[in-house]
Amino acid sequence: MNIKKRKAEEVVFKALMVSACVVVSSSLFLIVGTIVAKGLPYLSWDMVSKVPQGGFYIGKEGGVLNAIIGSLYLAGGATVLGLLLSIPISIYLNIYLKSGSPLSKSAKLAYDVLFGIPSIVYGAFAFSIMIWLGVRASLFGGIIAVTLLIIPILVRTLDEVITTVPKELKHAALSLGATRWEAAKVILRQIKPGIYTAILLAFGRGIGDVASVLFTAGFSDNIPKYIDEPAATLPLAIFFQLGSPIPEVQGRAYASALILTIIILAIVIVSHVLAAKQTKHKI
Amino acid sequence: MNWRVIKDRLIANAMLILSITSVSFVFLIGIGLYWRAAPLFEEQTLLSLFSGDEWAPSKGKFGFYPFIMGTLWVTLIAIVVALPLCLLTAIYLAEYTKSSIRNIILPLVNILAGIPPVIYGVWGIFFIVPIVRTYVAPVFAAHSSGYTVLTGGVVLAVMIFPILVSIVSEVLRTIPKELKDASLSLGATKWETIKKVVLKQALPGIVAATVLAVSRAFGETIAVLMVCGNVPVAPASMFDGGYPLPALIANNFGEMMSIPLYDSALMFAALLLFIIIFLFNLISRIILNRIESKYSS
Amino acid sequence: MTPHPLIRVRDLNVHIDDHHILKHININIPDKSVTSIIGPSGCGKTTLLKTFNRLLDDTANVKVTGSVLVHDEDIYAPHAEVTHIRKKMGLLSQRPFPLPMSIYDNVAYGPRIHGIRKKSELDSIVEQQLKDTGLWEEVKDRLHSPAAKLSIGQQQRLCLARGLAVEPEIILGDESTSALDPLSTHKIEDLFVRLKEKYTIVLVTHILRQARRISDYIVFVYMGEIIEFGPTEEVLLDPKEELTKQYVKGFIS
Repeated sequence: MNIKKRKAEEVVFKALMVSACVVVSSSLFLIVGTIVAKGLPYLSWDMVSKVPQGGFYIGKEGGVLNAIIGSLYLAGGATVLGLLLSIPISIYLNIYLKSGSPLSKSAKLAYDVLFGIPSIVYGAFAFSIMIWLGVRASLFGGIIAVTLLIIPILVRTLDEVITTVPKELKHAALSLGATRWEAAKVILRQIKPGIYTAILLAFGRGIGDVASVLFTAGFSDNIPKYIDEPAATLPLAIFFQLGSPIPEVQGRAYASALILTIIILAIVIVSHVLAAKQTKHKI
Repeated sequence: MNWRVIKDRLIANAMLILSITSVSFVFLIGIGLYWRAAPLFEEQTLLSLFSGDEWAPSKGKFGFYPFIMGTLWVTLIAIVVALPLCLLTAIYLAEYTKSSIRNIILPLVNILAGIPPVIYGVWGIFFIVPIVRTYVAPVFAAHSSGYTVLTGGVVLAVMIFPILVSIVSEVLRTIPKELKDASLSLGATKWETIKKVVLKQALPGIVAATVLAVSRAFGETIAVLMVCGNVPVAPASMFDGGYPLPALIANNFGEMMSIPLYDSALMFAALLLFIIIFLFNLISRIILNRIESKYSS
Repeated sequence: MTPHPLIRVRDLNVHIDDHHILKHININIPDKSVTSIIGPSGCGKTTLLKTFNRLLDDTANVKVTGSVLVHDEDIYAPHAEVTHIRKKMGLLSQRPFPLPMSIYDNVAYGPRIHGIRKKSELDSIVEQQLKDTGLWEEVKDRLHSPAAKLSIGQQQRLCLARGLAVEPEIILGDESTSALDPLSTHKIEDLFVRLKEKYTIVLVTHILRQARRISDYIVFVYMGEIIEFGPTEEVLLDPKEELTKQYVKGFIS
């Protein structure tokens, strides 16, 4: 092949690469742009401060406060529960077990696989357990389903953070006669910013997921007062109200989509700021 | 033995139990779904479930063929759209750009992974559906509502961008520089080096990333459900509506209580998803772990 | 040859995965002196050091046989308590790893976990150890600022002070000066020489001149075996074994 042809091929592919890159990276702006264009006209103080009046599917008045609060309860509850379970798990896998132990390796593989299991499967599984236990769709049920969903996220993220801590730090504590538990406390102190990142990631996933809460959390026009009451969530508010024939109700769906997007983007921004801070301190 | 050491051991045992319990969810989910789906197997053979094309729960007919085909159509379209775009993007980011640009674009793409599925669904309805209806379908002389497997596939494609781009560019970074230098010093252009050396070396990683992306597309529920029409008939072209398995579960789960075996049939759909995605994930994670450990040692 | 052995190693074998890393090690490490372990990289010298405080326990697929006696207690006995063993030995690693807390808390960490709670007692331990390592004057006004803000050389001395605060009998150094500038290296070496009055010091080093400057005894390890052990002058200037001669002359490294 002559050199001109070879060079031409390179130029063509480079052009293709640049355009692919533009398409891929602009998709985020297209999505956010669409949501803002649709939702902004409906966003108002009433929308974020009132619950829907006259039923979420037909009532024209009111807002989506029920879904905002419901989502915060649900994602918050699941994140707290998930952390209580996943911090000990990642400490055990990374600090208690010897480095390179087969149990730790296979457990990590299992979490990788669990991470890939779709939320609809978690939802169906949690729902089956709820029927079995006689628990009805409620905030509690939703929290359980979302906790199942986010534990793999938390464990994987914490795992990644803990493995960035040099083994020597653990050894430094151990060689002072610390027990593994005491060494773990030192390492937790070191990875505090990483824990915040994991929390944000899990919370973001929890607040945005529909399929896991579709059958487990129920839906309600009211803000739940107790954990055994059904709770509305933002994603479900979008999903249900979008199907309504009434324009005002659809508007509530658009506004909810915008609110959810704003929450997610805020989480992204905060975690980037945290990450930047962390690297600055690390020398 | 002093109290500190006893405390350490107690905590160790508690954590071991917790870890094993939570890991065993991989199996618990599978067993639980099988147990609930089992009544269906007493009535029908696996083959008839897969090949049956009639879905009429009230008549006791549970043919999964249309749903399997719906899932395959949207997944295939998503991969066909996303793979070339993401490969080119990842190669560009890993081989051609400065790190300053890479550090802007990669996080931007990764934000896509955090956008909730329902938002993708809303975007699909207001952005992709009209485009398919007014611009794409007429070109192929097809009349279409816009709620098609093509629409579902395109929305899914965007959803799997972050998996493909981040994993493939990560894999490309593991290719030793010496290997590229060897090819370049033989007079190959940069593109030829990428085509003949880098991509060949990165192939297992690219396959693993694709398998992961496929399994993600397989299981995606709400976003696809919102845009692909939900017609329980196997699609004949990409401008037909489809009804993927996860959408089937999500749409019918609340109502299945009164009809015999309906619940088992939906659990069977979940089991099917679980098994396929479990295997796909397992395989690709093993490949990726191997690449990673080779790289780090 | 060695008057007061503190650590006695008897037929120690270490396997990692399927590799025989240490082979039939027998050695008596003398009390209150500096012993340097030298040898080419990968010969097992760091592994030998880590068997002394059982940090090797933290690696999977390690098999240790034989015994390591400190005083007369076998630290590999089935019921040996590992935190108790490690408390007796301070470790100074290749690079300083201060704990993520203040200068004061770094030194006080060890005493605290071993049960000292009284502020006045901790204060005096911290001051004493920082003085012993020559840091006191440099840091006494900022005891409560993060340890990570110190220079690398200061951090390494802080790590030494942290190790001394648990009142060990033995100090283990794993190429402890390899990340330091010449001035800081000099300070650490000086400390070792001064500290041998109170402690038994075992160092791993790949710098022959350093071994010669500060150690009383030298152990030469090659391919997982002890080739030669004796007083510094003898081993470095008049080695008995051919391998040692070649290593000292720089033919093998």
